Amino acid sequence: MSQLKRHLVNETAQLELAAQIARLSPPGMVIFLQGDLGTGKTTFVRGFIQALGYQGVVKSPTYTLVEPYVINNRSIYHFDLYRLADPEELEYAGGRDYFTRQAICLLEWPEKAEGYLPQPDLILHLSYRDSGRDVLIESGSDQGERLLMTLDS
Amino acid sequence: MKVLGIETSCDETGIAIYDSEQGLLAHSLHSQVKLHAEYGGVVPELASRDHIRYLLPLTEKAFQQAGICKQDIDGIAYTAGPGLIGALMVGASAARAMAMALDVPALGVHHMEGHLLAPMLESPSPQFPFIALLVSGGHTLLAEVQGVGQYKILGESLDDAAGEAFDKTAKLLDLGYPGGPVLAKLAEQGYAGIYHFPRPMTDRPGLDFSFSGLKTFTLNTYQTAVAEDLGDQQQTKANIARAFEEAVVDTLRIKCQRAIKQTGIKTLVIAGGVGANLRLRASLKVMVEKQGGKLFYPRIEFCTDNGAMIAYVGCQRLMAGQYDPLIIHARARWPMEELSQIS
Repeated sequence: MSQLKRHLVNETAQLELAAQIARLSPPGMVIFLQGDLGTGKTTFVRGFIQALGYQGVVKSPTYTLVEPYVINNRSIYHFDLYRLADPEELEYAGGRDYFTRQAICLLEWPEKAEGYLPQPDLILHLSYRDSGRDVLIESGSDQGERLLMTLDS
Repeated sequence: MKVLGIETSCDETGIAIYDSEQGLLAHSLHSQVKLHAEYGGVVPELASRDHIRYLLPLTEKAFQQAGICKQDIDGIAYTAGPGLIGALMVGASAARAMAMALDVPALGVHHMEGHLLAPMLESPSPQFPFIALLVSGGHTLLAEVQGVGQYKILGESLDDAAGEAFDKTAKLLDLGYPGGPVLAKLAEQGYAGIYHFPRPMTDRPGLDFSFSGLKTFTLNTYQTAVAEDLGDQQQTKANIARAFEEAVVDTLRIKCQRAIKQTGIKTLVIAGGVGANLRLRASLKVMVEKQGGKLFYPRIEFCTDNGAMIAYVGCQRLMAGQYDPLIIHARARWPMEELSQIS
């Protein structure tokens, strides 16, 4: 599985990348977002969801754990698992009901629910560099691999 | 009319009895914050389990406190959303079962409507219409309140809620999570004017908020300070906490002032957990009084989640003849502008 590394100079660049990935994402896509507090995981999700035509506010789901969106009959779920103490808690919260072949799932802090999540198609690692961010994108499936190839071309 | 109120949307189990004639008769509360502090977060399943454990004993306690028996109750109100679905279901099921056994109506109440109207539990209470600033861990919004169920959202946070910004900034300063109140306490020891944080979105028109960028600003400020090794690290953290708190308070004050100017409504209400922040209260009081208006806020225990606000809202709506059909109803997501007004 391959990797792609990019430097994102500012928020606009981050939103732009998110929009590109959104436009290439088929239903059923599972994307993991990793990185410290403030590296732009929610910003990425905002860019992704708004690029698909959502007009409203994309808020941090830290408090609610998951925020559902329906855009042009497509379901998109934005998770923030930061507050989970035990991976199994996702199961009790009904986590698996969200991971269907029709829905796109974007997950922040997936490491908090290890063992209870589906295989990701893409994993984004975000980190601070200078006043911008570095992102390392890894593919985790054939579908993710194809997306990465298109993104790189 | 006497109404039993049940709140179980997140970390607190709150039970209260409100009487339309005598006001609040009883309220009891169990907070899971300590439990969750051990785990470093809210654990949805633990939250539900804890609600199950405490709901009935707290209800008994409320009846004792009020000095009435269960048959004296005319209706039951419960928080139907928004919140953690498992936690909501505990309160909804218990309320529905009790209502059926007592043969009284039950009604699902919107959690944020409870917060917006919590100052109505105090005396003197604000008169409609008023502007409400709801600030908590999950929400930051400004609403124009014309009456019960008549809410117009004037502005809201586009990313992190104010309480969330407090909690995450505390985490970045190694104060633990959720550390909002710890950060506010540390800020008291900080010196003003050492650091200056931006006041997000105050340089452009509108009433929306954005607190997400303050995380990066805090981290950069903290790392620069550590790199420069300014000696007393605890003092440095306190100074940063002070500057952060001032930025959030200033931002909220500027937006509230704008809302007052825009609507011409001079009564301001603060609600939600961050409403307990003393610097925020003081700053808003000065601003509102300068405009010739008045500031209202509930007592600190009614700023955070509680059963009294749910019993109050339930009582207003049940008195207007509203009640739910015989179903258990809970919604994780529930836009407040969908609420019906009462006649």
